[in-house]
Amino acid sequence: MTVVARVARWCRGTATIWWLSPALIYLTSAASQASELEDPPTRWTEGLYRVVMLRDYNTRVVLAGATVMGVTAGVVGVFMLLRKRALLGDVVSHAAFPGVAIAYLCAELTSPGTGKTLSYLLVGATVGGVFGAMATSWIRRATRVKDDAALAIVLSVLFGVGITALSIVQRLETGNAAGLTNFIYGKTASMTWSDLKLIVIASVVVAGVVMLLFKELTLLCFDEQFGASHGWPTASIDMCLNMLVVAVCVIGMQTVGLLLVVAMLIIPAAAARFWSDRIGTMTCIAGGFGAVSSATGVVVSSIVPDLATGALIVLFAASLFVGSMLFGVRQGLVPRGYLLFRLRRKTAIHHLLRAFYEAAEVRTQLNGQLPTSLLLSHLGWKERTFAGVAKRGVRKRLVRRDGQEMSLTELGQRESARIVRNHRLWELYLIRYADIAPTHVDRDADQIEHIIEGDILHELERTLAQSADQEVPQSPHAVAVSHPSAVVSGDGQSTKSEGS
Amino acid sequence: MSSTHRDSPASTEPNEHPASSPLSIHDMTVAYHRRPVLWDIDYDAPLGKLIAIVGPNGAGKSTLIKAALELIPKVAGEVLVFGKPYRKQRHVVGYVPQRESVDWDFPVNALDVVAMGLYRQIGWFRPVGKRHRALALESLEKVGMAAFADRQISQLSGGQQQRVFLARALAQDAELYLMDEPFSGVDAATERAIIDILRELREAGRTVMVVHHDLQTVEEYFDEVLLLNMRMVATGPTSEVFTPENLRKTYGGKLALLDRVGHQMQQGGARK
Repeated sequence: MTVVARVARWCRGTATIWWLSPALIYLTSAASQASELEDPPTRWTEGLYRVVMLRDYNTRVVLAGATVMGVTAGVVGVFMLLRKRALLGDVVSHAAFPGVAIAYLCAELTSPGTGKTLSYLLVGATVGGVFGAMATSWIRRATRVKDDAALAIVLSVLFGVGITALSIVQRLETGNAAGLTNFIYGKTASMTWSDLKLIVIASVVVAGVVMLLFKELTLLCFDEQFGASHGWPTASIDMCLNMLVVAVCVIGMQTVGLLLVVAMLIIPAAAARFWSDRIGTMTCIAGGFGAVSSATGVVVSSIVPDLATGALIVLFAASLFVGSMLFGVRQGLVPRGYLLFRLRRKTAIHHLLRAFYEAAEVRTQLNGQLPTSLLLSHLGWKERTFAGVAKRGVRKRLVRRDGQEMSLTELGQRESARIVRNHRLWELYLIRYADIAPTHVDRDADQIEHIIEGDILHELERTLAQSADQEVPQSPHAVAVSHPSAVVSGDGQSTKSEGS
Repeated sequence: MSSTHRDSPASTEPNEHPASSPLSIHDMTVAYHRRPVLWDIDYDAPLGKLIAIVGPNGAGKSTLIKAALELIPKVAGEVLVFGKPYRKQRHVVGYVPQRESVDWDFPVNALDVVAMGLYRQIGWFRPVGKRHRALALESLEKVGMAAFADRQISQLSGGQQQRVFLARALAQDAELYLMDEPFSGVDAATERAIIDILRELREAGRTVMVVHHDLQTVEEYFDEVLLLNMRMVATGPTSEVFTPENLRKTYGGKLALLDRVGHQMQQGGARK
């Protein structure tokens, strides 16, 4: 295999954020071309036009930086979410703040005026973030303090240290601490070309590490002990993941601010979980969600003046999350609710058909007519419920109803035989294998018969050595217990079979 | 006759540690937070046998396996796998952790989980390729789960999840398997499937050690038994060791002094 083919396959295999790269290249290249200053926009449509067309140099920089940051945070967040360390990002960002403040202080004290050098501040942020992550894990391992308490302690204490250092900075004569508060609330709108360069470089490194270690990180998050038993250095991989979080926090502090960075880590990942059951796809989606919410936040804040960009980004991420939670195809609330609703309706029809079958079994032929009052009392339903279900049965051409009489259509006869058969097979199974008394199985089978299909049915038939022809076994218990006036069938009642 | 630990000269096991033994545990003591939970375990697993590790809750059964796999540190003693330290023999040891030890809502499918057993073979940085995916599928087939390869793992039943875990270990094609309660919470069909696989492994000359809870089936399933309650109570062929008397010793509560001393070590030697 050629090298190129191998690389190509490897890229496909890692299934991460490659599909986003053209957009990123476009945005970053657009940002690098300076353009002449233009008059401020007069109408919001014009503003939108200028943002979307990337007319302003500043907008291009901010849009590119925020988008790249969003992708990176979303991707790393997937692993934090799956490792159940959602709050670690919060600890790291809060811990990075005293790092920044102390670095500023040290720089100002040694050589005044150099405090605002970005590289100093970032080194400080990184050291602080790493310290926060390590302190948390040390407290958890070495003392009796539990995980959540350790997180809360480290987070608040280090933020306190940061605030203290900030107030000292403000007293310094040379100190102009205005730049430092940017780290708390973010400074998306005033992002510069050098900020952007830093964000892009850090993001490329982070994305590269995630791609290289994709399988190792997955193993760490899923089953750390198994990984360790195979000799994977899980502690080191864990440390590596923590470093990725630190990197995201450092660049995130520049955009959304340390208070909100955790939102960019966790919310896109949590939203993505509602759309995919595969970690690779989920990572792509999380990155996409991060990018979309960042870009939308920047665009809106550049149209509407005086809105904090960082907060807007988080709000858009949150709305994506709410949308995913409601409509996501993987366990979203609405699809799940709909499935439940469908099952409930199906169950009601099944009950009606089974009641008909059981009543018909002891009274008349299956193709005969039955009074609805008999069915009603057999089912024990309210009249209105019964009417509704019967109506649906008629619409599905399962039953015919004329006045107070009801009969099964041909389809209904087949269907009812099938349902009763499932019900009784399950009852037999419960009696034979679960040692449940014959008088008790009816209820249990009631809940189950509606979902017996396909492979479960085959398994059941095999277990009970029941032939696959459609013969309905006789009921293992007295039928129509809920209807004392009905003729109670004995165990020896002959079986009606409505073969298809 | 029972070969009770130490005081039985009639033990079928030789006292030195033969290199042929799949797992030799030599005077191993294990502690959690300085509190010993296993005292002075001395054991040589016979080759090519199904071995049950039996004991009450908190007897240290899982701990024994985890310490042998170096997942938790030992206070004293050593463990040899085919005569060599475990870290040199990882590839010949397959581990099946307890099913409850992981989050089954994780976004992977059954095949992905089985492929994890091959990660070491694949090596750093490289994704799971076609060849390894085929191997994983083969392994799923062995446990009768090939049809569920694409199923997200939370949509599998408990027994199916257990079989996926088993398949992950089988994918490794190890010589010695250590399984932590593979029979817990599984349906009868899975139990039969698992025991069939264990017997196949034995036919192929592999050694399997299983933490087992169901005393009813020990005699039917296992050739050898290891009775454990913080200390080794007895070990040997099931027919000789699995006696009411030994079981009484195993399940008759912890040795009071052992427990008290352990507790005190946790407190740093301070008396209450």
